[in-house]
Amino acid sequence: MSKWSGPGPLYERKTVAPQDIKTVGADLKTFDHAKPVHYREGDLDVTRGSAWSAPGCHLGCGVLVYSKDGKVVRVEGDPENPFNQGRLCPRCIAVDEIMNNERRIGYPMKRAREDRGKDWWERITWDEALDTVEARFNEYKQVYGAESVVFLQGTGRDIAAYISRLAWSFGSPNYAFSLSNVACFGPRIFASMMTEGLFPLADYSQQFVDRYSNPEWQAPKLTVVWGNNPIVANSDGAYGAWVMDVLQRGSKLLVVDPRMTWLAAHADLWLQVRPGSDGALALGMANVLIREGLYDKDFVSCWVHGFEDFAAMVAEWTPEKTEEVTWVPAEKVVAAARLLAENSPAILQWGVALDQREDCVDGSRAVLGLFVLTGNIEKPGSMVVGPELLKYITGWGRDLLSFDAEEKRIGTENLIFYKVGLQVASINEMIDHMIEQPEDYPIKASWIQTVNQIACGGVDNEKTKEAFGNLEFNVIVDLFMTPTAMAYGDLFLPVTSFAERNGIRCGDNMQRAETINAAIQPFEETRSDMEINLELGRRFNPEAWPWETVEDMFSHILEPAGLDFEGVRDIAPGYLPFQYNKHEKGLLREDGSVGFPTPSGRLELSSLGLEFMGKDPLPRYVEPPMTPYSRPDLAKEYPIILTTGARRPSTFHSENRQSPRLRALHPEPSVQMHPDLAASLGVRDGQWVWVEGPVGDTGRVARAKRVAEVTPIVDARVVSTDHGWWHPEGDPEKLYDVDELNINNLISWSTGETGVGCNYKCLLCKIYPVKEGE
Amino acid sequence: MAKGLLANLRWCIGCHSCEVACQTKNQFPAGQTGIKVETVGPWTYGEDRHQFTCFPLLTDQCNLCADRMAEGKAPSCVQHCQTNCIQIMDAEEAADIVKDNDHVLFMRL
Repeated sequence: MSKWSGPGPLYERKTVAPQDIKTVGADLKTFDHAKPVHYREGDLDVTRGSAWSAPGCHLGCGVLVYSKDGKVVRVEGDPENPFNQGRLCPRCIAVDEIMNNERRIGYPMKRAREDRGKDWWERITWDEALDTVEARFNEYKQVYGAESVVFLQGTGRDIAAYISRLAWSFGSPNYAFSLSNVACFGPRIFASMMTEGLFPLADYSQQFVDRYSNPEWQAPKLTVVWGNNPIVANSDGAYGAWVMDVLQRGSKLLVVDPRMTWLAAHADLWLQVRPGSDGALALGMANVLIREGLYDKDFVSCWVHGFEDFAAMVAEWTPEKTEEVTWVPAEKVVAAARLLAENSPAILQWGVALDQREDCVDGSRAVLGLFVLTGNIEKPGSMVVGPELLKYITGWGRDLLSFDAEEKRIGTENLIFYKVGLQVASINEMIDHMIEQPEDYPIKASWIQTVNQIACGGVDNEKTKEAFGNLEFNVIVDLFMTPTAMAYGDLFLPVTSFAERNGIRCGDNMQRAETINAAIQPFEETRSDMEINLELGRRFNPEAWPWETVEDMFSHILEPAGLDFEGVRDIAPGYLPFQYNKHEKGLLREDGSVGFPTPSGRLELSSLGLEFMGKDPLPRYVEPPMTPYSRPDLAKEYPIILTTGARRPSTFHSENRQSPRLRALHPEPSVQMHPDLAASLGVRDGQWVWVEGPVGDTGRVARAKRVAEVTPIVDARVVSTDHGWWHPEGDPEKLYDVDELNINNLISWSTGETGVGCNYKCLLCKIYPVKEGE
Repeated sequence: MAKGLLANLRWCIGCHSCEVACQTKNQFPAGQTGIKVETVGPWTYGEDRHQFTCFPLLTDQCNLCADRMAEGKAPSCVQHCQTNCIQIMDAEEAADIVKDNDHVLFMRL
């Protein structure tokens, strides 16, 4: 980042001064706010709070919601909130266009099963809607067992916790994430659990109320961005601009990405990795660290298990072999290892690309292994374990599920990581169940909340639609009519946006106590997701949902913070106690001894946990199933490597397409291709093309429409595209063009060996122009 | 005194937050704005040298957020800029920064 000299930040953000920090509740650190939660400013009402969903993201920044006459006028960043310090990404700044959107659904609707796909919805009352869900779900439970009703969510946000509780309190073990093979975040957590027994996070000072001025915090000397574009994505609870903050505080930058993103272009070192080969690159870097004696020998001898086996395994990963497999020049593999060794502390800003290939747990373990080898664990400015308030990532209310019901969870029979570790059911095997409908285990109904499956997340729409088409009753809970609801919804329950309801904001990352605060009344008859789940939960299992109001429920969850909902709302954000070097203080293990909560008590480069499960304990590299190397037969017809899910500033997965301001920034999906490739295909920049490829090993092919974006940021052998596309302005009965826009149609519902990780990021395709009239 | 926008091009990542904040605050039609980010590149021009420079530019629809400034707030684009790389300031103050630094850009309104 030393390309230019220049002034520092031109705008200094507010930081809480040491004398202004106060302690409330159960040792929460906070500060006095200048204004109450609700106040007037000129002719506008202002409500302080947090975003999260819907529409949503993985952050939940501090916001000020400005409203007038019960309508949101605009949303601004809250300059007092240490999380984002008044900043926001465009998606949240333009959120009023979603909240006030003319396409929002304002009342519950039903449609006859035989009319699926037709825009023949009929308005009904909430009483009828909820009575119907209660009666039908209970009927299936009685006749076929609770497992015949499945509960599905999209990417995890605050609402996820209440979906898991609804499923488990109903008695169904079949609560699932709609993304194929849970290929986002979960695999990195699982990989970390198998290494450290915990999930460490990059230390951007986000655990401190006084942020970068906290005296214990140290700026990382190196930031390693691997498999994500954080300044655009804002993923996994890490606000992307924190990367910029630490760069402005002197951190060097190493970027591993197949694309020359802004960060890659400005990095001290950029490794243009072949999609899907990240694990091999990590092993190649580990080889250099060990061979050149650059690893932290004291740290490894004290805290690491399996070093010798790991070292023997990486011996074959010479820089030359690594170059052959990953396309990263050997000298850059060496330079990257040295950069990491010479700059400690270092943080790993890793991303979803590591989850989106089969066998991803090994790849993520190899990458995290680099930080284990260099001792970048639990030190200020390295990879640290954060405090936790709510275990919403693994679900809320697992204790409600009986042992007998748990035995029936789909995925536990065949998929090793579902037997131990994961608490969700396998959506991939669930889809097969729905199609086959085995006599002893039929699936009859689904609850689909916070997800637009056939536009985003789900894969192979042909099979998805067949599967859900087989179910007798599908309930959709959403803000807008979606392709998913149009295709196979029977009942539609409309929900509020985050400005129209209360909620809890705790974070995907270092957790803290915050609330989402209603600024205005709900849009028309909409209800919050939590109200809906509380009301239904109470009908299914009153003991599991003993709360009168959602605020009572939030207060129950917040009990460890020592404050109720209103208490947290008034003081939010409340920062939980945090310490560095917890492994040296006996703070990580239940028995209070030093070390890590793994079977060996150490960081496991060779995992005893995986060994117990019958897996290879070492993170070996395996070539992904759909590459020119693993499938030369397919590569003859489909020679181009396709990587999907490129993030854009204006969209979050399948959301935001209804916003005119955001849509203007990126109106249609694009496929980024190198000028040499475009020339060889006879494709011009801006031209519509088909991206066509095999649907995994199904024997079928599928294609998706894209606008060609000719750019040298990708290798000429690789193309990259964004995901989650549909046309909210399109014809509902053509499912808003989703079948020709969804790039996930090129991916199959196969489970791989473990049912964790799916090849969203490394596929094969060919590209040709769209003909007139297509 | 004449004011304008000072931009530190070293840190502009082209996130469009300034643009959308300006549109939202001023209720401009979609696509219209008082500040816009244009990008030069991305391309490579030598071994490991890449051009990827983002330029926040003022348009004559910028009103310097005079109302916000009067309330002691930062202009909406400045507050929402995710990398703290822009500021509204007096031309003379900006001139001091411009003469001592690379890759800063001042546009007087």
